[in-house]
Amino acid sequence: MIITKKKPLEEVIDELKSYERVFIVGCSLCATASKTGGEEEVEEMKKKLSECGKIITGSVVLDPVCNLQKSKRDLKDFGVEISKSEAILCMACGNGLQTLGEIVEDIPVFPANDTLFLGEIKRFGVFEERCSICGKCLLTNGVAICPISRCPKGMVNGPCGGAKDEHCEVNPEQRCVWVDIYYKLKKMNRLNELRRINPPIDHSLRIKPGQHKVQRSVTNEPT
Amino acid sequence: MSQLKDLLERGKFVITAEVGPPKGADLREFKDIVRLLKGGVDALNVTDGQGASMKLSSLAGCVAILQEGAEPVMQMTGRDRNRIAIQSELLGAYALGVRNLLAITGDYPTLGDNPSAKPVYDLDSVGILLAASSLMEGRDLAGNPLKGEPPSFYLGATVNPNFEPLEIELIKMEKKIHAGARFFQTQAVYQIDIADRFMKEASRLNVKILIGIIPLRSVRSAHFVSKMIPGVKVPQGLIHRLESAPDPKLEGLRIAAELIRKVREHGLAHGIHIMAIGAERSIPLLLDML
Repeated sequence: MIITKKKPLEEVIDELKSYERVFIVGCSLCATASKTGGEEEVEEMKKKLSECGKIITGSVVLDPVCNLQKSKRDLKDFGVEISKSEAILCMACGNGLQTLGEIVEDIPVFPANDTLFLGEIKRFGVFEERCSICGKCLLTNGVAICPISRCPKGMVNGPCGGAKDEHCEVNPEQRCVWVDIYYKLKKMNRLNELRRINPPIDHSLRIKPGQHKVQRSVTNEPT
Repeated sequence: MSQLKDLLERGKFVITAEVGPPKGADLREFKDIVRLLKGGVDALNVTDGQGASMKLSSLAGCVAILQEGAEPVMQMTGRDRNRIAIQSELLGAYALGVRNLLAITGDYPTLGDNPSAKPVYDLDSVGILLAASSLMEGRDLAGNPLKGEPPSFYLGATVNPNFEPLEIELIKMEKKIHAGARFFQTQAVYQIDIADRFMKEASRLNVKILIGIIPLRSVRSAHFVSKMIPGVKVPQGLIHRLESAPDPKLEGLRIAAELIRKVREHGLAHGIHIMAIGAERSIPLLLDML
């Protein structure tokens, strides 16, 4: 799940200061779960922007925004509303924002949200980063706790010297992920995994922009 | 050849001290301190942006120490440089006469004075040791050959005897040894039984260990140390001594001297590493008490 948080309203209004007519786009997946761009939040934004003197030309919650071909089709239904707009406010993640920018080339698109991380919904309204999208998953020790995502320093060989009372020096409310990895491996009776020296991460595997094409495998072709 | 290595291998009880480069380009005071300390200690260990605060570089500090005729230990963190910069700096350091390296992951930027800085951590402490070991074998970390005679460092790392659970710290220490570390300096210790417990486990690892000493200066400094250093709790007895002493600074040095003497007399470790954190001028007095 891509976790987003709402930008302060003043910031959104500042982005839109030169435009009066605004079309709003929400997203049915991550932004809905993050409570930043679902039906409810889109309605709320319409109301707030109207109160600030904006004219809301229309709105839609795409399912999801980041599916380029689908969003292109779905937005066709809103061609008239969009053509009457001076700006589009995107209540999705940074990815959704750019998908919109690819579809609507002649109208500026602005973010309503800050995109935070790829994470887990721990419980209602509480999110935590879980994956750093390294390009090659290092979680091959079976312990299923990622130090790249959950340690500020991305330590690959054990805790740094800063862990205090099993907590992190950078965020003392956070448990040290390496202490958690240690306890889990110990419980699994697999502490030897901790002794393995992990080489530094290969950053050549994540040259930006990441690109991926699913190769159709011959064996999966229908006969 | 590393004099530090030579002394440790000959079995001398070694004393090293930490010196922090200035926040500025004027090395006069730093060199004053080097001159003051060099007769009493075996090596001077130069911090690399300690506490994530931007200071003059460790390498420049090491060169200043060499100019004063003393033995430097260069601290190298992974916080600010990627593997290209780290290896490049190691080659430069060796070419300029630095023979001892202490690999550290490094305090996080948000804890320092440039909190918006990009945290690099391309290599952690183990990775820095791997890089240095690789250079010593005539290749860079990617396997490309080096030209000419390869550098030969005496590689060191840190360990915290106060860390709980200690087993993780010992596993990490073993990894640092596999990656090339031959000497260790510990985080500050205030209780001989903590040093004892640690050395019982660590002595089988066949590396040289210097016990870390941070002399206390006041009750406040004792609380500060307990708050800031993972696992450290300055015993109440020592706090009482500082409280009732007419000169707490002097009492702090006495406390440090007692601990050092115990370490030396019990043959507990191969030496000590003094971190005076700004009070380097008091180190000669401490050494006189030994």
